[in-house]
Amino acid sequence: MFRDAGLIAGKDLRVELRSQVTTQQVAPFAILVLILFGVALDPDRGILTRASSGLFWVAVLFCSLLAIQRAFTIEAADGGRDALRLSGLDPAGIFLGKAAAIFVQLAALEVVLAVGVVVMYGTEVTGVPLLLATCLAATAGLASAGTLYGVLAAGLRVRETLLPILLLPVLAPVLIGATKGFEAALGGVAADGWPWCGLLVTFALLYTTFGTLAFGPLLEES
Amino acid sequence: MEPVVQLRGAVTLLGRFPALAGIDLDVAAGEIVLLRGPNGAGKTTLLRLCAGLLPVTRGDARVLGHDLTDRRQARAVRRRVGLLGHATGLYDELTVADNVRFWGRAAGAAAEDITAALAACALDGRLAGLAVARVSTGQRRRTSLACLLARRPELWLLDEPHAGLDQEGRDLLDGLARQAVASGATVLLASHELDRAEALAHRVVTIVGGTTDPRSARVITKESLLVP
Repeated sequence: MFRDAGLIAGKDLRVELRSQVTTQQVAPFAILVLILFGVALDPDRGILTRASSGLFWVAVLFCSLLAIQRAFTIEAADGGRDALRLSGLDPAGIFLGKAAAIFVQLAALEVVLAVGVVVMYGTEVTGVPLLLATCLAATAGLASAGTLYGVLAAGLRVRETLLPILLLPVLAPVLIGATKGFEAALGGVAADGWPWCGLLVTFALLYTTFGTLAFGPLLEES
Repeated sequence: MEPVVQLRGAVTLLGRFPALAGIDLDVAAGEIVLLRGPNGAGKTTLLRLCAGLLPVTRGDARVLGHDLTDRRQARAVRRRVGLLGHATGLYDELTVADNVRFWGRAAGAAAEDITAALAACALDGRLAGLAVARVSTGQRRRTSLACLLARRPELWLLDEPHAGLDQEGRDLLDGLARQAVASGATVLLASHELDRAEALAHRVVTIVGGTTDPRSARVITKESLLVP
């Protein structure tokens, strides 16, 4: 299973490196979202600073939708899904590999966005351990739930519009937990953030477990 | 000896439409069998059924000893077959060599099998390093053939395999199919290019309206007996 996961993750990341969709389209989109929030809230810089955690995670959420769509579009292009089914790869391995590739892309985007938030919103970085733990847990949750819902929508003709409708409500706990964790780390009481981080870890574990079990049947039926 | 493919009254519904309406077919080990019939007759559906990609709604279907009415066994048969279809399953952004390496490794192929597959399909050289998006349709088809070759399948399922290939590519494909049969594999192909396909096949089975035509002829040609 882990060999198959490595194979899939390596392939997906190589496809992204060659196509540069993440660097040339998703990252600029993320920065654009931050700029637009900045322009909209600029008259009151205090609000911008206070809202920076939520704005950061909303931007990450939008980017995750693009990354998840992309992860399954490359399989739909030329009969890739049938080829995957015929490949003999363990479906659980395919799930873990796809989720890992999305995780890496989102983590890289979060670094870019974090720099953007610090530069544009003037946010001071404090509570680094909690920030990192929140980022890791939230990104794992986004990647695993996104991969699961991505394959669910992959076989449908309306997948581009259906995926956000299906996925955004599911990801609401990640948005809330990650925002609260960040707020606690950035000027709040760090101890208040760890329970939220625990929620994010639980979410990620739940969806990773469910994904490894359900991905195979979903790949067959989609 | 049990046939490699054994179908008895196999029915496959696509939605509510019976794409296969009770098909009977036996294919022995080492045979090259050509499926012919008009568009929509069910040839592609039959190949996908044999690959374990479509369910058997009614009837019996056994491929390489696996009972395809059992979903778990249908999934198991996929590791042992190679399907060359209309869709290639290739990733445009990756190079020809990357694609063959990925699908070969996915099937557990050794590095030397992958290198040999690239060489056998004349893809070793400058072509190997080109992104699939930049190669011609024929070269894309050859890449897909190399992916199949790297898997070393026991049953080759070829759907319009000559489409998009030039004369050299077609000769290459026929030669590789004959070599595979000589080394113990079985080939089931569907084609509208009857002259070439009949020369390759040991036997021709006609499919009409999702079922085998009882008047199907047994055709053994001189060329088919010439195994390189």
